[in-house]
Amino acid sequence: MIRAESIYKEFGDQQVLKGIDFLFEAGKTNLVIGKSGSGKTVLLKILVGLFKPSTGHVWYDNIDLVTANKDTLRKLRMQVGMLFQGNALFDSMNIEENIRFPLDMFTTLTLKEKNKQVDFCLERVSLPGINQKYPSEISGGMQKRVGIARAIVLKPKYLFCDEPNSGLDPQTSITIDELIQDITKDNNITTVINTHDMNSVMEIGENICLLEKGVLAWKGSKDQVLQDKNETLHDFIFASPFLQKLIESNH
Amino acid sequence: MYYKETLRQMYDIGIGSLPIVFLISIFIGAVTSVQFYYQMSGTLIPSYYIGYIVRDMTIIELAPTITCLVLAGKVGSNMAAELGGMRQKEHIDAMEIMGVNTSAYLIMPKVIASLLMIPVLVCAAALIGILGAYIASVPVGLFTSAEFIKGVRSFFVPYNVFMMFVKAFVFGYILTNVSCYQGYFVKGGSIELGEASTRAVVYSNILILLADYVIALVLTA
Ligand SMILES: Nc1ncnc2c1ncn2[C@@H]1O[C@H](COP(=O)(O)OP(=O)(O)OP(=O)(O)O)[C@@H](O)[C@H]1O
Ligand SMILES: [Mg+2]
Repeated sequence: MIRAESIYKEFGDQQVLKGIDFLFEAGKTNLVIGKSGSGKTVLLKILVGLFKPSTGHVWYDNIDLVTANKDTLRKLRMQVGMLFQGNALFDSMNIEENIRFPLDMFTTLTLKEKNKQVDFCLERVSLPGINQKYPSEISGGMQKRVGIARAIVLKPKYLFCDEPNSGLDPQTSITIDELIQDITKDNNITTVINTHDMNSVMEIGENICLLEKGVLAWKGSKDQVLQDKNETLHDFIFASPFLQKLIESNH
Repeated sequence: MYYKETLRQMYDIGIGSLPIVFLISIFIGAVTSVQFYYQMSGTLIPSYYIGYIVRDMTIIELAPTITCLVLAGKVGSNMAAELGGMRQKEHIDAMEIMGVNTSAYLIMPKVIASLLMIPVLVCAAALIGILGAYIASVPVGLFTSAEFIKGVRSFFVPYNVFMMFVKAFVFGYILTNVSCYQGYFVKGGSIELGEASTRAVVYSNILILLADYVIALVLTA
């Protein structure tokens, strides 16, 4: 469980986050949604501690990330996996070395045990046998999945995904969403996902936080999304011309 | 893990820089000897002094300073670009999230490798410089082999070698730290990366020259 407590963040005189309070629950896929530029990535980076909030706290169970010292932070981070918006795979290492990297850093397993773990993770993201390829030699969707494999290799308690399916076709997106949800359920992980993909919202939106210009505009689950009359939510969800046409023809 | 990375860096810095260090020192030695011949002909200075002059000039000043100025351009810009690229592609953030102490993991091996390899390179540069002087002057008859070797073996002061190693250590430390700093804290995009890499070289060079002066003052006082 992660709790954001009145998070404010500004860059220069630009107020990006204006008081976010939200509970990200364990064993659920928690979604942060909102328009481009609404502050999703900034919020995620504050949650993992890459940015410090101007004021506010981030509680990991009962540890405050904002005031934690370096040692505590480092220990905590070994339980954190993150998929970056741009993947951040190490391009001078092959896939196997990428996924093995956290194991090399933090475990004393033998190479054979580590590689077994790597194979297991690659199997988990349905990419067996690409161990020796380099990140530049595989497709964008495959890179995302390798990113997820690397994020889960240390069996994290907290998983962060920044736009896991941006730039992917709808079918691959759904596969990745389902994969993340399965992993979350299997290991009771606290998962936070940034997205502006409506399919993801309706598919895995168990606990949703809608950001609008740095303010929390709405929270709820996918079942409440369609019932709720909140205007910002409505605008966000029915922005696509396809849906608007559909609604008009229904009336 | 750190150990493996340090070995890789040592190989890159040491073996990777040998060709350029070789090329530069052989020419420095050659030019020094030819110009010494030009300046000293017609004076009363005995010609075997050539070996002595070349030896001490390379050991005290030319080998450490020129080698490190060149290494700042080769190794320093490389380090800045490597770290800067990792920063911009969020590799460093990704490692931080995993709990890696990135400044230790990425920078320490470079510093250790530099501190071990740069003095070795400087030492090689001094030897090759003297060899270059020999090759450029003896076969063409500016000096005899006996004169040259007599000079190289005259008035030897071990303290000068100590001074060379002090310079090599200090310069190596400066160029690695300046370059890693410029790369590690880079912001923005590819233009900024280029600028950081240039700054790494320019700042290293200025600091190396300043340090050279300070060391000369302190160690010869
Ligand atoms: N490092 C930074 N320095 C200054 N301003 C920043 C920085 N990072 C983000 N911002 C600003 O914060 C605002 C929110 O950015 P953010 O990246 O969180 O948007 P986002 O919701 O993730 O958008 P997208 O869906 O396009 O990824 C933007 O206006 C951006 O200009
Ligand atoms: Mg974003």
